[in-house]
Amino acid sequence: MRPKQVAFGLGVLVLVVLPFVLSDFRTVQLATVGAYFIAILGLDVLTGHSGQISLGHGAFMAVGGYTTAILMANHGVRDLVTIPIAAAVAGGIGLVAGVPALRLSGLYLALATFGIAVVLPTILKKFDHFTGGSTGITLFGKPTQTGHGVGVWGLTNNQWLYVLTWTIGCALFLFAWWLLDSRFGRSLRAVRDSELAAAASGVNRAKYKVLAFGVSAAFAGVAGALFAINVAYTSPDTFPITLSLYLLVGAVVGFFGSIWGAALGALLIQFLPDIVGLIPHVDPKQGGPTTFFFGLVLVVLMLALPLVLRVASRVANRGYLGAR
Amino acid sequence: MTNFIQQIVSGLASGGIYGLLALALVLIHRSTGVINFAQGEMATLSAFVCWTLISHGWAFWPAFGATLVLSFAGGLALETTIIRPIQGGPLLGIVILTIGLLIAFNGLDTWIWGGAAKQFHGPFSTAPIRVGGVAFSKQDLGVIAVAFVVLALVGVLFTRTRLGLGLRAAAVNPDEARLVGVRVPSMLALGWGLAAVLGAIAGVMAAPSLFLEPNMMQTVLLYAFAAAVLGGMDSPLGAVVGGLLLGVLLNLVGTYVHWIGGELRLATALAVILAVLLVRPSGLFGRAAARRV
Repeated sequence: MRPKQVAFGLGVLVLVVLPFVLSDFRTVQLATVGAYFIAILGLDVLTGHSGQISLGHGAFMAVGGYTTAILMANHGVRDLVTIPIAAAVAGGIGLVAGVPALRLSGLYLALATFGIAVVLPTILKKFDHFTGGSTGITLFGKPTQTGHGVGVWGLTNNQWLYVLTWTIGCALFLFAWWLLDSRFGRSLRAVRDSELAAAASGVNRAKYKVLAFGVSAAFAGVAGALFAINVAYTSPDTFPITLSLYLLVGAVVGFFGSIWGAALGALLIQFLPDIVGLIPHVDPKQGGPTTFFFGLVLVVLMLALPLVLRVASRVANRGYLGAR
Repeated sequence: MTNFIQQIVSGLASGGIYGLLALALVLIHRSTGVINFAQGEMATLSAFVCWTLISHGWAFWPAFGATLVLSFAGGLALETTIIRPIQGGPLLGIVILTIGLLIAFNGLDTWIWGGAAKQFHGPFSTAPIRVGGVAFSKQDLGVIAVAFVVLALVGVLFTRTRLGLGLRAAAVNPDEARLVGVRVPSMLALGWGLAAVLGAIAGVMAAPSLFLEPNMMQTVLLYAFAAAVLGGMDSPLGAVVGGLLLGVLLNLVGTYVHWIGGELRLATALAVILAVLLVRPSGLFGRAAARRV
């Protein structure tokens, strides 16, 4: 057994034990963490390993979430069936978005994806006959809504959501692990570190960059679908610009874009408000302090990046954000 | 016809604000090659400072002057303490850092001043004046005038003073600038200070018509990006002209293309960004960059 395999085994063990020791409320919170986890995995593939920044991954989550919500609410499709469809739709859009992204340098890609995340809610509101506008789409009480696993082994609804999210989360983690260890992952990192050297070694730079966009968006699509199933509701405000930015924070916190840190980043997004609430004289219900600390965490980590890079260069096969 | 002129006038007024913020973005991009995503939130913070001084009984102009001084100092401090340590590192790292600043400043504003929108009484009256059916306010004219005065001052600074020469030299070729005695780090810090001042002007000019709240500049930032990209990321003149053009364009498209209306105003700005980046990345006034591979 190699250390990483042991680590993965231990992680799965913790995931299995947790719902037995935690309250129902914490369990459903952890189900949401699972959705963030999957989205951050996708961001790790894209930004950590292929060096293309995305400030708009919340937008791909929204595509997945709305695919699930529309299929369930208007077409009576069962929730589990909608998840691969959400992945395919978001992944397809990701592939299409990856082509113009090839022409943009890192700086302008950041700008364009930021723009997409800012604009998306207004587009969702505009096409209201399709998306339900500002009211959004409610999935509560739909016969196609989750809960088909409730009662099996005595699971409550929240525990079922947890099992669903983290089963998919673990499967996608293994997939990402395999993918990044394969020729695909090596090619991505080669392109990230030097496009010229990669091209000279016969790596098709355009193909891999576009594919990375597609894979990453498909991950985000699954995350969005699970997010929608978890909260049983989607609206334009479910996927604000802050979600996209927090995903970036999560990816940075997770060892600068390594898939091994994705869980840490996902936990931070969910529980930072609670941690901030522990500070004396701070009211966590007033969003300001939490937002401030999200930003502060990102600033501090980026300032520490040079040091981290020096250490990271000794550890093979890991992602890092901030390739030139 | 009256409506057409009306839309142009109010488009120029909002375009002036986009242009001012775009000018701040261009200053930093020219000197360090970075896009400062926190520029909008820095502007909001400055506007809050100005609002606080005014609500403590200061008259507008002294409060405005003090805000500009504080913003300049803040920009300098930001560059020296936070940006400089990773200057020269990966570009994307600095961009991500400015996103951290964006989030942190937004949270700080909400923390200190709360999320509720505040009325901000600017120096110019917002009461409408009617000339031949076209309504505009002194505020509108004031913003346009301020944009041009600021552009002229920036132009004089960069082309007619020794300091401006140093700023340009540090931006174009830091190594050779250092050889001829330009203090490059100081120049970069000054660039951030100046950008903070320009942002503060944009924020204070925007606040009377937009209402002051922590997210005030969030959409303005996207418009400013569009303006800067349209004008060419490296051209101060381009930024202001791009802002005014964009303001007018958005108003006309919003009025006459009913399908777009007011709802897709932001989406139109994004379309402008994408179109310019993909078709003519150097914008209207920028120089096409040759890249060595």
